[in-house]
Amino acid sequence: MLIEVLQMLLILAIAPLVTGLIRKFKAFFQGRQGPSMLQPYRDLAKLFRKDSVVSKDTSWIFMAAPYVCMTAVITAALMVPFFTSTSANFLGDLIVVVYLFGMMRFFLALSGLDAGSSFGGMGSSREMTVSVLVEPTILLSIFTMALITGTTVLGQISESLATSGLDLVRPALFLAFAAFFISTLAENARVPVDNPATHLELTMIHEAMILEHSGKQLALMEWSSMTKLVLYMALMANIFFPWGIAIEISAVAIGIGLLAVLIKIFLFALAIAVIESSMAKMRLFRLPNLLTVSFTLSLLAVVSFYIL
Amino acid sequence: MISENLFLLLLAIAFLGAPIAALSNARPSLSTKVAFGVSSLSSLLGLVVAADVLLNGGFEVEIPLHSIFGTFSFSVDGLSAIFLLTISLVTFAVSLYSLGYVGHYKGKYPIGLMGFFFILFYASMVMVVTSSNAIMFLIMWETMSVCSYFLVIYESRERGTVGSGLFYLVMTHIGTAAITVGFILMYTQSGSFDFSSFGSAASGMSGLMRSSVFVLWLIGFGTKAGIIPLHIWLPMAHPAAPSNISALMSAVMVKTAIYMLVRCYFDFLGVQDPWWGVLVLAVGSISALLGVMYALIESDIKRMLAFSTVENMGIILIALGTAMLFQSYGLSEFAALALIAALMHVLSHALFKSLLFMGAGSVLYAAHTRNMEMLGGLAKRMPYTSLFFFIGVLSVAAIPPTAGFVSEWMIFQSMLQSFNFPDMVVKVIMPVSLGTLAITGAMAAATFLKAFGITFLARPRSEEAEQAKEVPRTMLVGMGTMAALCVLVGVLSFSILPVLDNAASPLIGASIADQLTNGLMINIDLPTGGRFSQVSPVFIAVLLAIIFPTVFLLAGRYGGRGKVVQADTWDCGTPLTSRTEYTGRGFSNPINRMFSWVYRPKREFQATARPSPYVKTDMRYTSTVVPVFERYMYDPVVAFVRWAAKKFSVIQTGSIQTYLGYIFVMLVLLLLAMRW
Repeated sequence: MLIEVLQMLLILAIAPLVTGLIRKFKAFFQGRQGPSMLQPYRDLAKLFRKDSVVSKDTSWIFMAAPYVCMTAVITAALMVPFFTSTSANFLGDLIVVVYLFGMMRFFLALSGLDAGSSFGGMGSSREMTVSVLVEPTILLSIFTMALITGTTVLGQISESLATSGLDLVRPALFLAFAAFFISTLAENARVPVDNPATHLELTMIHEAMILEHSGKQLALMEWSSMTKLVLYMALMANIFFPWGIAIEISAVAIGIGLLAVLIKIFLFALAIAVIESSMAKMRLFRLPNLLTVSFTLSLLAVVSFYIL
Repeated sequence: MISENLFLLLLAIAFLGAPIAALSNARPSLSTKVAFGVSSLSSLLGLVVAADVLLNGGFEVEIPLHSIFGTFSFSVDGLSAIFLLTISLVTFAVSLYSLGYVGHYKGKYPIGLMGFFFILFYASMVMVVTSSNAIMFLIMWETMSVCSYFLVIYESRERGTVGSGLFYLVMTHIGTAAITVGFILMYTQSGSFDFSSFGSAASGMSGLMRSSVFVLWLIGFGTKAGIIPLHIWLPMAHPAAPSNISALMSAVMVKTAIYMLVRCYFDFLGVQDPWWGVLVLAVGSISALLGVMYALIESDIKRMLAFSTVENMGIILIALGTAMLFQSYGLSEFAALALIAALMHVLSHALFKSLLFMGAGSVLYAAHTRNMEMLGGLAKRMPYTSLFFFIGVLSVAAIPPTAGFVSEWMIFQSMLQSFNFPDMVVKVIMPVSLGTLAITGAMAAATFLKAFGITFLARPRSEEAEQAKEVPRTMLVGMGTMAALCVLVGVLSFSILPVLDNAASPLIGASIADQLTNGLMINIDLPTGGRFSQVSPVFIAVLLAIIFPTVFLLAGRYGGRGKVVQADTWDCGTPLTSRTEYTGRGFSNPINRMFSWVYRPKREFQATARPSPYVKTDMRYTSTVVPVFERYMYDPVVAFVRWAAKKFSVIQTGSIQTYLGYIFVMLVLLLLAMRW
């Protein structure tokens, strides 16, 4: 249990850093110096010290949501392998992780509706619309990995892929990864689905839902979203390309595993920054096209596994 | 021996109690107590009987009645007991709820009559799942349909209620006709109407005959289950009925059809061809997807719940079809897994759907409307109702560790086993169906998020919602029981699944209880020995219960105890009213636009012209969704019947002499035909 808790704490600790890193990359592409990579930590620390302003129209859901979101993310962080393939598998498999994220989304969207402003409702409505196509894509990608590795248990997927050389590398793996990557952008409110850097009512999804939150509650919302992004990156790194992950618990293996996962996360952060700097956000009603593409990719992944 | 007598006692109490309830109609409070006291008592007995059968094995009670159709008897085995348990559990909670709920019918509608039909409805459902003779079954099936028909038209002075009831009556009889033909075909082979003779008879039947019986039963029971395209009575009848009746109909009456499908396919017919499973899977997928899509755009809470029932019956059929496919390839261990998943969903759907219908009834009781767009802000005014409804919503949205989550997880797992099929076509069909199920799950979450958010959160949208008060305690007890069970059944699923396996294994011929659960874990193992996947709702629940307060405490500790200030919602300077809130229609509109090829929405926009094109007053916007099946399937049939009736009316002159002439001519023709 010690390893799992350590991984969880590490994921929580580096989450603001990863967000800071993406912002730094984007600043670089825009020719700016940009704020320090440690700025998200300072923002969170400040928010935790602030008082909260809560709308009179809200119910207990609004106050509970940030804590529920954080709880869901921490539970998921215990289950997702980070630098070793050891994780809290006794809780459940990859599908359970997806449902924990579903729980987070559910409370986030409800708290968006709770204050009774049009912004929040709009954000919630769009979030759920996006999820209608994203969730099946993620589940079909998982299905593909279950077929390739013969299990949906997270640690075992990493382990069997990491230890079997090139045997399990198939076209289906890459198709599923492509689908999962697009879903990661959509689930974490990144361009081209959402723009994390704006507060314009016509474009925003995630920011609209947390508009009414303030103080500690806002800090928890922000922190849990940052952690969710790192968890998705860890999933991409350790399900699709787990090479380097520590299989046994020894100082050397863990050292290599930590280095490997951090390099992969660095690369994913760079990829996200490149996409965000080179692409505009899509209009809401063009999104279904992109999401349908990713859904089709994941379906193709399964079918190609059977046919090829 | 004891449970046999308790079973007979259950029926005796019901049949004695029903007339007493009807006779005491003149005194509403008395008849309320009698009716729902009797139904809760007999459903408690049903619970005891079911529990005893599940633990100690089944029994058979013969009725000393000599008929030409063989012996009439009740037999309760594991499968019957699962459904008996579900029916009794839901009826018990709904009976408690009804004690308070029927209060608002006092002086308007006869409460004693509702009690009469309510008790008989329960008794007939019990007898449907325990009958062991086809004719006896059909009698009980009809009793159930007729009782529920009278309950649907209970609020007969409301607009549209009687029409909905008639539609229900017609559809249910089309279904019964198909079932009857199926039974008669079986009889021609077995020479007996006893269910026990059907099993051996099926092996002697020709392939075509077996397939016809399969299709007839799918149509017949499918009508009752509300599968698309035979569903259209369901979103009419379930909302028209009083809410306590809707809860019973949606949560358990439709399940009797699932019981019979399992019984008929696995016990009587045996699964012959893979295409049977594929057909059930396809019908299930379509019902699940279209059901939830129509639920999503609905603003009437009860109609939304009715469409959600169509969706969930589709999900159960997906699991059932998967089980049939595995069985037809002889992969009986996987078939057992899929059938257990189906039974688990039967149980969890019964729990959360009855809870949600009772919740909708409470909203109706307190705010006098079912239209979400007129509600809002009820979470503060009805704290307990909103909490219970919320638990139901979590369960239907499959949020861990509720019952709905466990059953959905099981269904996914059984479908993931599809790589074991030897047939390539079937291998490719399964992921498509799995994708459909995943979209359905995501849409169900959106549907119920909208229903809860618009109904219970933010500001009230009407005077009635503003004035709403918490409902009487008996209603809360009924809902609270189901809410607690929604969580408990999920958390304790490790002890429930072996019981379901016990019921499924005689039908499948394989028991997987040993592999399926290990201590507090639910495991799915591969036949080759490896671990495929695992989950432990108990540990998830415990962990969530530890982490949540920890987060709360730590966040409160760090950075000082911040003040919480109450203020207005950010309004950009203009005060917010109920008209500035997001509406339910607006919430579902992006999905409506995304899937406009399914919904075929018709939009009309009218605005009175003004000198300036930028300032418009008096704008009207209407948007309607074409009900595809009504328009393209049922309307043409109705039109044809009308047309044919008109043509035939030529020979109906109204004079007795002509009719006597017709009879004479017919008689002569028949006699001549007989001569040949």
